Amino acid sequence: MTPLVRIEDLRVRFRTAERTVHAVNGVDLSLMPGEVVGLLGESGSGKSVTLKALLRLLPEARTTMSGRMAVAGQDVMALGGSALRAYRGSVVSMIFQEPMLAFDPVFTIGEQIAEAVRRHENADRTAARARALEMLDRVRIPSAKRRLDAYPHEMSGGMRQRAMIALALACRPKLLLADEPTTALDATVQIQILLLLRELQKEFGMGVIFVTHDIGVAVEVSDRLAVMYAGRIVERGSARDLIRAAAHPYPRGLLASTVHGAMRGRRLDAIPGAPPDLAKVPDGCAFAPRCRFADAECVSRRPDIVRIDAGHEAECRRLDAVAASAEG
Amino acid sequence: MSGQAEIGDIGGPAQPLLAVRGLYRHFPIRGGLFNRTTAVVQAVDGIDFDVHKGETLGIVGESGCGKSTTARLLVRLLDPDRGELVYDGLSVGTQDGLSLREMRRHVQMVFQDSFASLNPRLSIADSIAFGPRVHGVGDGEAMARARDLLARVGLAPDTFGPRYPHELSGGQRQRVNIARALALRPRLVILDEAVSALDKSVEAQVLNLLQDLKAEFGLTYVFISHDLNVVRYISDRVLVMYLGRIVEIGPVDRIYEAPRHPYTRALLSAMPSMDPDRRTSEAPISGDPPNPINPPPGCRFHTRCPFASEICQTRVPELAASPLAGDHLAACHMADPSSGHPQAGTAV
Repeated sequence: MTPLVRIEDLRVRFRTAERTVHAVNGVDLSLMPGEVVGLLGESGSGKSVTLKALLRLLPEARTTMSGRMAVAGQDVMALGGSALRAYRGSVVSMIFQEPMLAFDPVFTIGEQIAEAVRRHENADRTAARARALEMLDRVRIPSAKRRLDAYPHEMSGGMRQRAMIALALACRPKLLLADEPTTALDATVQIQILLLLRELQKEFGMGVIFVTHDIGVAVEVSDRLAVMYAGRIVERGSARDLIRAAAHPYPRGLLASTVHGAMRGRRLDAIPGAPPDLAKVPDGCAFAPRCRFADAECVSRRPDIVRIDAGHEAECRRLDAVAASAEG
Repeated sequence: MSGQAEIGDIGGPAQPLLAVRGLYRHFPIRGGLFNRTTAVVQAVDGIDFDVHKGETLGIVGESGCGKSTTARLLVRLLDPDRGELVYDGLSVGTQDGLSLREMRRHVQMVFQDSFASLNPRLSIADSIAFGPRVHGVGDGEAMARARDLLARVGLAPDTFGPRYPHELSGGQRQRVNIARALALRPRLVILDEAVSALDKSVEAQVLNLLQDLKAEFGLTYVFISHDLNVVRYISDRVLVMYLGRIVEIGPVDRIYEAPRHPYTRALLSAMPSMDPDRRTSEAPISGDPPNPINPPPGCRFHTRCPFASEICQTRVPELAASPLAGDHLAACHMADPSSGHPQAGTAV
């Protein structure tokens, strides 16, 4: 089977008058059809930029991109004009943290979904509206018929998030990009949206790349996880590999410092320091300055990718020392 | 006035540091031709609780439940419509009680937005020294205190003191806000989503810092958050709010291991599992929290509660102690055998 998504050595750099930011520094990622990958990382790790690069949403005047990206056989880097417009929405679609920004406030939800359908599928008004209604039903919006004529501001946060999912899936994309879609939601609503996404993913057989900073959320939706730090994927594996047997010191530190369950009173094993300023690409491992296992070579030379198990890889020179410290 | 005379403990360890009595705060929404009140947001609708000396009281709830309004009422950034705050036995803002100015020396607050909380034109050291200066501490001592606190929150005073807020990261700014809150040597600190905007690795650092400072300065915390994991980690007791009212309050272990109110149970089972082999298979409740404008009558949770019966739509349940634990209170008709709820008495 050929991968739905293949990203090779993606690099993204932003320039402004004052400074340059190296946001993504060599990301390789592939995704099979119908697979869900969780892209996990803290702010500034490059996870959202990677998603936006896949949809070619980054402002061209200020962005330098290199590397190769292919989605469903199309060369994403080469797309432009009408081919890019056709690609967005019907091959790849995206949902965001803030649904109010995805919708135009002066058109009804139904009009906006129907518009997307008409643009991509040459459907007539009646057929497009019927599809919009079907989509609102699919995302379990109660009294969908009435909601078709609602404006975005008339809906609650959870309902708007459902409507945005309906809009994103209206043209049956092969790949859904989800950028922190549940982060702004309340706990009881977040779990409903996560379960809905899981269900729709199976039903439509889509590939999904789900970006989040929340490990718990990533585990709820993902088959595989990839952890990003300073614009690179430092470890990847199945959700089980990462949660039970993380190998790289950064994901291990992240897990140790994430509060969960009955840890009351215990001191948190916090990672010292802060993520690096990405004004220049670090020569060696970007995590080395915060890593208690790092030696001189970690700082000066980029580590190779080490295969731990089938599909489980980490980019670290000191995996043996890390593993030994856990046993000791 | 000797602004910095230490007011130590007044009523002894058993007296609550802060007692909240019948607090109400509604916000009118105006509109129409004559700018009349068209609706009322019942943000806080009759809450009573105590904050014990030396404890951390966690407050949890979803958006619109009134937790942030409660925080602002506790430091009197907002005036209540009704109700009373009693600080260590002294009624706040009354003639023979404690003046607001005095109360604010003892009760300080840290907000979620670390940038908006700092004056962009003041250096970090000046920001921290500002409060003590206003309260009559001399320049030299105020600065010394600022430097001391910066060191205490893990920021080198020589490096960070002269800097301005925009030159710091979010985690560093939140450390500054904590230092500033402590500059008046308060006894009670209200932390309103104070770690919510931080990345996980930085959040852990700040949580450790908060625990160290609490032990060192003998502080009492009210810790408000939507993050149930963090609240469980840091709190001694937990208060659960829903649409402006308290639905449950009790010791942290009882709230998390034996929750009594159906809303608390739903909230806890909505937490992501962290276990790939035991993913959540069903959402505990459907729908969004209702709008706090014109909330449902009776028990405010009845519109989403799987156990709701007729009584829940009409009568407001009172907070009542569990027969098993007197310090574990819940406001649910099922907990009251005489309520007339068909399942009354089945829940503990």
